[in-house]
Amino acid sequence: MTNGDIGAGKKRLAMEKPALWRPDSHLSTTVRDMPPSGIRKFFDIVVGMEDVISLGVGEPDFPTPWHIREACIYSLEGGHTSYTSNKGLIELREILAESAKEDLGLDYDPEEEVLITTGVSEAVDLAFRATLNPGDEVIVPQPCYVAYVPDVLLAGGVPRPVATRLSEEFKLRPEDFRDEINDRTKALVLSYPNNPTGAVMTREDLEEIADLVAEKDLLVISDEVYDKLTYDGKHTSFAQLEGMQERTVLLNGLSKSCAMTGWRVGYALGDPAIVGAMTKVHQYTMLCAPTMAQVAAIEALRRGEAEVMAMKREYDRRRRLFISELERLGLPCFEPKGAFYAFPSIVGTGLSSEEFAEQLLKEQKVAAVPGNAFGESGEGFIRCSYATSREEILEAVDRIERFLADLAA
Amino acid sequence: MRDLAKEILEVLEENARATPGEIATLVGLSEEEVGGEIKRLEDAGVIRKYMTMINWEKIDDGYVYAIVELKVSLHRDKGYDAIAERISRFSEVQSVRLISGDHDISFTVRGKSMKDVAFFVTEKIATLEGVESTCTHFVLKSYKEHGVILYDRAQPKRLVVTA
Repeated sequence: MTNGDIGAGKKRLAMEKPALWRPDSHLSTTVRDMPPSGIRKFFDIVVGMEDVISLGVGEPDFPTPWHIREACIYSLEGGHTSYTSNKGLIELREILAESAKEDLGLDYDPEEEVLITTGVSEAVDLAFRATLNPGDEVIVPQPCYVAYVPDVLLAGGVPRPVATRLSEEFKLRPEDFRDEINDRTKALVLSYPNNPTGAVMTREDLEEIADLVAEKDLLVISDEVYDKLTYDGKHTSFAQLEGMQERTVLLNGLSKSCAMTGWRVGYALGDPAIVGAMTKVHQYTMLCAPTMAQVAAIEALRRGEAEVMAMKREYDRRRRLFISELERLGLPCFEPKGAFYAFPSIVGTGLSSEEFAEQLLKEQKVAAVPGNAFGESGEGFIRCSYATSREEILEAVDRIERFLADLAA
Repeated sequence: MRDLAKEILEVLEENARATPGEIATLVGLSEEEVGGEIKRLEDAGVIRKYMTMINWEKIDDGYVYAIVELKVSLHRDKGYDAIAERISRFSEVQSVRLISGDHDISFTVRGKSMKDVAFFVTEKIATLEGVESTCTHFVLKSYKEHGVILYDRAQPKRLVVTA
């Protein structure tokens, strides 16, 4: 190698200066600008903390009933590990169609109107992607589950959050969103029983919404994953209302009712055109829901009824316990009628939701989720899950009591 | 329609120490209503006893347990009840059941030693009128009693915060 060679090399470098690698510039702007979920921060604080009592978990504390796990193990032993059809196992779709008939009185064709998805989360994403054109608007009543707004954005849509109110027990009222509807409004999201508030919508409540939906020709994406956890009376699906079945993409899953969160199995029921469009996206992204989870779901739906009811009764007891304890502490909270969350107001403490949740975690090691993680209208509240043992609930309440006393001192 | 008795009993079955006040909160009744219902259930013999579920193996109580199955021949004027009730009176006997299948009656017995149990069965039970044969199974280890799992196994942890 000569000096001349080195010089030539230097020259080459100077001439073709490679662009500085900035991964940010290679990101989708939609994803880059999307704020991380409001609960992410709590993960970071909680890491390394011992003896934390969690009211922050959006899943049952029960393990999946053994007969369901056992059925899955048996099918694995039998070698059932291949893909299923894109739509999911026909046996499972037939059972779901049967139970829609039995529980809701609705007819769905298992061939064309039922799609098995990888959790309800995927079904939500598919519903938006299958129906939204760029710029289409979606009404999203809040507080609500954290995924709807980002999923609308990812589908190229424009989310229009609307606030529900404590004074209405967080039920959606037509006046809450009538003025938000315009020419671009395509769909309305409903999620009752509601995470995080525990609100439910009765048939009468839903009928008021249905009138406006029909008038404005909206599609309704109804996430009813907590339907089995309705404590006073029976759950009404939006699809049951007159003329609403064809307008509704009914989403549900086994995560909450059968304690099967980690299995990732959900489903969509709806008009064949929409379910067919969802199936296309599903086919090119997920291919099919996990086979073993689908097998487990069949067992859960066939023989899980008694356990579902037993778990529901226990949640109901915890609900009463927790609400009466909140009352004792003087934290205002309406009585949740579904799901497994209480949504007390913490406005009286003078703290914001995030300050309250963060200080509660740091000082008393109780994890709860700040209400604003579920939309701006959740500010002033914290979400407490009572899907935890009664002993833990009572211990958490003691700690919250100490926390409130320290604040007042 | 709610079955309040059943709801109260479910709480008590799981925790005999639950007070009427605690039960009242859990099922959404007043303390007086719960107290009254419990009294009624006690009087009616639905609630027989408030017990503690003990895993005796943990403290090595020194007892041995056996399940004994009996074949019984019946006499015209004496049904299974007569012999089952007679067996029930022995304090060594912990549970007695009429069963279907190859045998007629199954009972569990507790003794200080295998020999002790074996003698009890041969002397007190096998000799009863109507007992045709006995089959004694000594319990080696108990995994679950009264719906409660007795072996210790760590539960997988859930995430602390999820949406």
